[in-house]
Amino acid sequence: MESTYSQLAWIIPLSPLIAFFILLSIGRQLKQYGGYLAVVASLISFIISVLIFIERTGSDMQNYTWNDWDWLSVDTISLSMGFEINNLNTLMLLIVSFVGLLVNLYSIGYMKDDERVNVYFSYIALFTFSMLGLVIAENIVQLYIFWELVGVCSFLLIGFWYFKPEAKAAAKKAFIVTRIGDVGLFIAILLLFWYMPNHSMSFSAISNAFIQNEIEPGITTLIAILIFVGAMGKSGQFPLHTWLPDAMEGPTPISALIHAATMVAAGVYLVARTFPIFESSATAMTVVAVVGAFTALFAATIGVAQNDIKRVLAYSTVSQLGYMMLALGVGALSAGMFHLFTHAFFKALLFLAAGSVIHAVHKQDMNEMGGLGVKMKITAWTFGIGALALSGIFPFAGFWSKDAILTEALNQNVGYFIVGLTAAFFTAFYMARLFFLVFAGKSRANHDANEPHSEPHESPAVMTIPLIILAVLAIGAGFVFTPFNPWFGEWLTGAAEEHTNWTVIILSNLVGILGIGLGYLMYLRGSIARDVISSRAPGLYRLIHNKYYMDELYQIIIVTPLKGLGFVLRFIDYYVIDGAVRLSASSALYVGRLGARMQNGQLQSYGLASLIGIVLLMIILVGRRFWNVG
Amino acid sequence: MDNILPSYLIMGAILFCIGLYGALSKKSAIVVLISVELMLNASNLNFIAFSKYGPAPSLTGQIFTLFNITIAAAEVAVGVAILIALFKNKGTSNVEEMDSMRY
Repeated sequence: MESTYSQLAWIIPLSPLIAFFILLSIGRQLKQYGGYLAVVASLISFIISVLIFIERTGSDMQNYTWNDWDWLSVDTISLSMGFEINNLNTLMLLIVSFVGLLVNLYSIGYMKDDERVNVYFSYIALFTFSMLGLVIAENIVQLYIFWELVGVCSFLLIGFWYFKPEAKAAAKKAFIVTRIGDVGLFIAILLLFWYMPNHSMSFSAISNAFIQNEIEPGITTLIAILIFVGAMGKSGQFPLHTWLPDAMEGPTPISALIHAATMVAAGVYLVARTFPIFESSATAMTVVAVVGAFTALFAATIGVAQNDIKRVLAYSTVSQLGYMMLALGVGALSAGMFHLFTHAFFKALLFLAAGSVIHAVHKQDMNEMGGLGVKMKITAWTFGIGALALSGIFPFAGFWSKDAILTEALNQNVGYFIVGLTAAFFTAFYMARLFFLVFAGKSRANHDANEPHSEPHESPAVMTIPLIILAVLAIGAGFVFTPFNPWFGEWLTGAAEEHTNWTVIILSNLVGILGIGLGYLMYLRGSIARDVISSRAPGLYRLIHNKYYMDELYQIIIVTPLKGLGFVLRFIDYYVIDGAVRLSASSALYVGRLGARMQNGQLQSYGLASLIGIVLLMIILVGRRFWNVG
Repeated sequence: MDNILPSYLIMGAILFCIGLYGALSKKSAIVVLISVELMLNASNLNFIAFSKYGPAPSLTGQIFTLFNITIAAAEVAVGVAILIALFKNKGTSNVEEMDSMRY
């Protein structure tokens, strides 16, 4: 079949880039129209993505590659830039441009009171450009460039409210921690360059080389694990997850777009894109699966004891990304990507709904909310749908994808399955806790009589419409890949996967309902005391509430020694190196002063100096006869 | 005949040293000028001594001495003129205060 729209794929990232430049140059004059410009730009991207998607659903589509632009050529090696359209990145294009569109729309309402709103939209446009460019990158070097660009955008947007010290610290933390992962990816790229036949860097060449086992196994494992380290940094996998919860200091739509739906999924996408490398190394696959499973459970338990509405969602994101990695690690590419697909919708929904709540009450602490369901019906309903989808309750989208992952995990190893199931239980529990604390019961807000608009109200339509659209998708998106309709998996990987397992379906629903039920009993009915754990085992509660002291651990084992080293180096720099420089400068100065002092204008002292000189000359001339020196 | 040359030379050296000492240490500019004259005359004495008792006696030394006396007279005239001008400007003849060429 001819590819007509795929050839136009370059417009997809270009459209937000143009919007970025326009906003950058004349954003101040655009005033409130900046948001509409951003929406139009992302709408263009979205429409072309949809056209490509529709085109690619046709049978036996060939991948479309354009890489005629020789970017760099050294001797016989040439590195070309271009783009490639296959089913995997068509899916990503669709997710990114769609969520980007909705977030832009939502931001018009959410950010309308901010002075720097057009700067904000320009950052989002730059991010959208980078993310779309990352997705359609034809080779791994190009991907790496965009990979860093999305990191920069994430940094800029987390620190958007740079006057808050927490936001500044969070932005720096996000940038530095992901950079640790990026170094891994960079080394992996260098190794690939070194070992690939013809030093070819394009994804298709890499896939072919690894499928045909042209690279020795040890190197393959090393490359795969290093790529995974890069993915760990971006996707917030343990132990590099600590930046993601802190990243919640940014504006809430950013948390939805970058830190839930798209950028953090870039790590998962990277692993999926280079999947042949992982498939040819069993060790690397095990590492991916174990790290993913551990992260899923680890982050889910932390989510239980957080009080900030966005932090709960952030840990939930970390946990769900762990699920995706687990799926990839057990070899279920389509299940992992499917979870990425559904997660993008319901997690963006949850964040945007949480943003709607924050917009209404100007608080983030769940203990000060409550009873908002009556006042904010649309937000409450859509949030509830998102929560059910995340908890994996039939028939919401999250159920199908989580079920697919758990089935694959069970086929591989029962341990992964148990970990995944436990994490699912915690997920359901903390989502129930979140929902009941925020929307149900009575308001626990300390009403400030002096504040005129302290009464919460529903958000404007420009914010609720994206919520409703996402809620529809959170219900419906799962049906593209069910045990009865494996279309998605066939389309993505070209192979039908048999994954009907009634035990898994029943068990995963059961733990989900169990988690929600427990949350209901504890936080709404109150028939189980809320402090049942925190009072019996305060140590355990503190441990979880403080996120297993991961930040403190990093502080002790990495930050403090590095600071100490920095201090020592600064000392050396200041006193040894600077000291030497200052010494030479000041010695020249003193020699100069001495010379200047001799120019005192006293003719007699000049005469004396000449006399001493001639006497010395005479002593030398005469003396060498006697001492026989010369 | 005893060689009388060293006596003249020693006399010249003594005169020269006195002149040098005076030129380098005296405060009054006039005394400094006089000391310079002493040094010049010490050299004149050497010229004369060598022209009479030197290894190759000739009149050249004496002619040179006459030159020197003439030049010294001219020099004193210029020097004293400068001193007077300075004295009119600065009101002092102390060489230690004449340091306008310092750095």
